[in-house]
Amino acid sequence: MTAGAKPKLAVWKFSSCDGCQLSLLDCEDELLAIADALEIAYFPEATSAEVEGPYDISLVEGSVTTPHDVERIHEIREQSGLLVTIGACATSGGIQALRNFADVKEWIPIVYASPEFITTLETSTPIADHVKVDLELRGCPVSKAQLVETVLAFLHGRRPNLASTSVCFECKARGTTCVMVAHGTPCLGPVTHGGCNAICPAYNRGCYGCFGPMETPNMPALAEQWKALGVDDDGIVRALRTFNANAEEFREASLKHE
Amino acid sequence: MSDERETREIRTDYLARVEGEGAMLVRVRGDEVEEVQFKIFEPPRFFEALLRGRQFTEAPDITARICGICPIAYIASSCNAMEAVCGIELPEQGRLLRRLIYCGEWIESHVLHTAMLHAPDFLGYDGAVEMARDRRDIVETALRLKKAGNELMRVVGGREVHPINLRVGGVYRAPSRAELRALVPELEWAREASLAFTRWVAGFDFPDFEQDYVFVALRQPGEYAIERGRIVTSTGLDIAVSEYEQHFTETHVARSNALHSTLAGVGNYLVGPLARYALNYPELSPLAREIAAEVGLGEVCRNPFRSIVVRAVETVYAADEALRIIAEYEPPDPPGVEAVPRAGTGHGCSEAPRGICWHRYEIDDAGTILDAKIVPPTSQNQKTIEEDLVGVVKQSLHLPDDELAHRCEQTIRNYDPCISCATHFLRLEVERT
Repeated sequence: MTAGAKPKLAVWKFSSCDGCQLSLLDCEDELLAIADALEIAYFPEATSAEVEGPYDISLVEGSVTTPHDVERIHEIREQSGLLVTIGACATSGGIQALRNFADVKEWIPIVYASPEFITTLETSTPIADHVKVDLELRGCPVSKAQLVETVLAFLHGRRPNLASTSVCFECKARGTTCVMVAHGTPCLGPVTHGGCNAICPAYNRGCYGCFGPMETPNMPALAEQWKALGVDDDGIVRALRTFNANAEEFREASLKHE
Repeated sequence: MSDERETREIRTDYLARVEGEGAMLVRVRGDEVEEVQFKIFEPPRFFEALLRGRQFTEAPDITARICGICPIAYIASSCNAMEAVCGIELPEQGRLLRRLIYCGEWIESHVLHTAMLHAPDFLGYDGAVEMARDRRDIVETALRLKKAGNELMRVVGGREVHPINLRVGGVYRAPSRAELRALVPELEWAREASLAFTRWVAGFDFPDFEQDYVFVALRQPGEYAIERGRIVTSTGLDIAVSEYEQHFTETHVARSNALHSTLAGVGNYLVGPLARYALNYPELSPLAREIAAEVGLGEVCRNPFRSIVVRAVETVYAADEALRIIAEYEPPDPPGVEAVPRAGTGHGCSEAPRGICWHRYEIDDAGTILDAKIVPPTSQNQKTIEEDLVGVVKQSLHLPDDELAHRCEQTIRNYDPCISCATHFLRLEVERT
């Protein structure tokens, strides 16, 4: 970056619902301050203005599902200083990665009457399968607090302070009664990466794993507990195959229970 | 002009300030509009296929991921369909809670579109951040308004994007009266601020352009239909949600390689704010009708560029309605009704900010989804958007290419098109230039 110039931010979209980039626009209290500190150089969902690269920080939403996506992510990597993936699609492949467990050729005619028009890869894969990623923000959607923390840390040249524990820690920290122990509600909290501030148990439902697996999760222990609560193998497989179905630990565990 | 007919091609390869990836192509020869395409190149995600084999209770959380801007629309429509197939009726307090969070989504989505994505078109800015350099007060007010809607989503639903608290039969935890009452001061501010906002957008310079639309919306006697209702049209049709497929079909239009929704005997039609307003004006709250009259909107609006004013009036209504619901709120007890699956087909529909979002599911006795069909609003409007483009281009041929391109993009943005929603069932023509 040139001395004195504002760092340039770019926001890129791959296969996704737009919810994670919307989370940036949902930072109502911080958005204008962010725009003061950074130059929003490329963010088509928000502005028609386009400033050429290179970009100091790129936020990437969505997963890779077309041949063109593969080319595009390499071009983006070349133009980007720090490349941060935002959300479950970009970090694990998203809900559209359920195709990785099926034959996508059989899926196309279910949805589209003229399959010849469809250009798609057989898999939905995270950005890190294709290029080097500097930082991954989890979640479906990403947490606004983590998004703001990441931008702040970048502006101050420090490492962002992001949760690396399980959802269980966040329940304890906010004083939520354990829904699995107290109510017998199946919960993915013990194996799920924190960052959401344990929203679901605070609303009397089990965590559904939208932040993906924590580091070294104890998957067999979780499955044993779920079975004790009366969940069959099919139920365990479905619980692990949602928004982070393609994340390694969830994928491996789901294959074991198939 | 001489005999030589000049050919002009207006092309925007990546539409800005819309949700998703879309492109536009307009080809003009002389004073004839030869071709108009509003294209979608958002990659397909195969929701209808991946829903097969899932439990009926999973449809709300899964279909929410079709769109991060209007997840409540997908949650509500899929819940309605599953409740229909299980034969349960949502108790009144549970229904009001669903309507309340939907009001939050309308505020959040409408303010995002009107103030941050669409208003810059009328004022000559690239976007809201650029607009904030000159009119920081307006952008700050808009952000605070949007936040009021998002707070409603967060308190009732647990978070703003992909709320977690809604389920087939109700909610997981009913918010307390105190939690909702805490939102009242900000919602009262939002109601006032959206009145001022409506006056502001009504003062924009609107192109003189009207179309003879066929309007389609939900209607529910006694309220401005949002989370339930029958499907009605300006041609006099009045049908149950389950009868949709007997009257509406998707046809393949070779020219654009897209599926276009058509109404039998009529052709293309329009869903969304203009349709709701024209069909349900008498059901708006007195305050919303007053501000509409004050800014000279009339009871029907056929100018798509003025849809920004109708969205602003609907924002006033959503704040007003949220305050009414909170004032009378009793937490549903139990928070949710148990839904026992039974084999059959269920239909559900609700008014997404962009128009009706229709779902059909077939499930078996074990609650497994056998088949799913989802018709989002933007794909229903696609043909009408293209017809608007033809009309606007014909009227604007005198403009130089860059201004004509901008006018065309603005025509598309009138619809607040949500391409992420539309793509999962549209047939695609992928063209990269």
